[in-house]
Amino acid sequence: MPVTVRIPTQLRTLTGGSGEVSVVGSTVGEVLKGLDAAHPGFGERLFADDGSLRRFVNVFVADEDVRFLQGLETPVPDSQTVSIVPAVAGG
Amino acid sequence: MSFVEGLRCRECARAYPAEALHVCDFCFGPLEAVYDYERIAASVTRESIAAGPHTIWRYAALLPADGRAPVDLGAGFTPLVRADRLAAELGLGELWIKNDTVNPTGSFKDRVVSVALTKAQELGFKVAACASTGNLANAVGAHAAHAGMKSFVFIPHDLEAGKVVMTAIYGGNVIAVNGNYDDVNRLCAELASEQPTWAFVNVNVRPYYAEGSKTLAFEVAEQLGWQTPDHVIVPIASGSQLTKVHKGFQELHKVGLLDDEPHVRISGAQAIGCSPVATAFKEGTDVVRPVKPDTIAKSLAIGNPADGPYAVEAARQTGGVIEAVSDGEVVEGIKLLARTEGIFAETAGGVTIATLVRLANAGIVHRDERVVAMITGHGLKTIEAVAPTSKPTATIAPTLDAFAEVLFQIEGN
Repeated sequence: MPVTVRIPTQLRTLTGGSGEVSVVGSTVGEVLKGLDAAHPGFGERLFADDGSLRRFVNVFVADEDVRFLQGLETPVPDSQTVSIVPAVAGG
Repeated sequence: MSFVEGLRCRECARAYPAEALHVCDFCFGPLEAVYDYERIAASVTRESIAAGPHTIWRYAALLPADGRAPVDLGAGFTPLVRADRLAAELGLGELWIKNDTVNPTGSFKDRVVSVALTKAQELGFKVAACASTGNLANAVGAHAAHAGMKSFVFIPHDLEAGKVVMTAIYGGNVIAVNGNYDDVNRLCAELASEQPTWAFVNVNVRPYYAEGSKTLAFEVAEQLGWQTPDHVIVPIASGSQLTKVHKGFQELHKVGLLDDEPHVRISGAQAIGCSPVATAFKEGTDVVRPVKPDTIAKSLAIGNPADGPYAVEAARQTGGVIEAVSDGEVVEGIKLLARTEGIFAETAGGVTIATLVRLANAGIVHRDERVVAMITGHGLKTIEAVAPTSKPTATIAPTLDAFAEVLFQIEGN
């Protein structure tokens, strides 16, 4: 089932300017891989060489930081929203 | 005039123009202002700075905005107070308090907001916005009002009453969010994409905003007769202030305002209820794992600190440490500073003083060091923290006898 992924300004060049795209996947890792397949370029922007998320990339499922959940293994229920948010803000 | 050449990613060094950008498009790293230090060195002297205004704008050459028409309520050039009585209690030698409680809205945030909104106006923004734990909200509300800008200030719903009132009074929009600061910050990070015509001071104009904290270091050095301290204690929320204080001392040397290369140990202070940076420091890593904050030091309650890794790096590089203290110690720290030096700090100041106490007891802050503690916000903002234990000594009838009785109880005989 598709889930909605919210895209920050910095990555909208990869989605033709769109701030939300629909992707299929049942975990955060699958969703982000699906995003890269549909819109090539996301992979290298989001992931470090060792396959982990870059340290200044935050990913939220239903408004919760996936680092408080199960990271890339976090399940994404149907019709849920995944947000990619730059970590550098605030304070 | 501004000597900024552009912005550069701190992670991958990609270059960007000096616009409302804060994140590297490629690796999401933070963007930082890049200056032409040779031209700055050729244009500033100790004398030219001394002849400048008694605000942060005396250091305009080292700030990322033009500065000819600053949004200026008088932030900065706050007193550096020699703290002999506190030093004596802690067994320390030369101790100074940088008293940033006396800024226009009572905290160091006036420094960063003055820079941020000055740059925002230069970039043509008409709306100021921010995610705030309270002090920033106060500063944005006030400076936006002064500049005639519309404002949207986003705060956690459970802030101290004083901080809410002191934001709303300026007439801007105050949006209380059902969540903690990290929720508010995430909302604003997403909103910045949807509202590109708003200057979110700590999101899309963050590279300029953050530079305002360097003025703490500039002032300390100037007030010490263009010398640097040996050790500085700085509170940590996002970690930005600590990294910029470090950068500030380095820059003064780069542009020829210090005779000797500075060797300032930079130590950080957190509350145990929100200490992701102190934890990373102690574990010897630069991976700062986010936490859910639970502390009375709400102005430091950022569980997911953007500059945490850089704060850890600065403390390690300079031989400093990052310590965390309990809420009980925070209250005692506030009272200790007030009792010994006559300075009433908010909870963040209590965190700083309590950390200083711990580091002095552990021998990490030395007796032969010249030490500066950054006290960054006024106690009236967080009166809840000390109200239960700060009450009249006695309540009496308006008679001489009643007072005589109380005086006997207080002083004996």
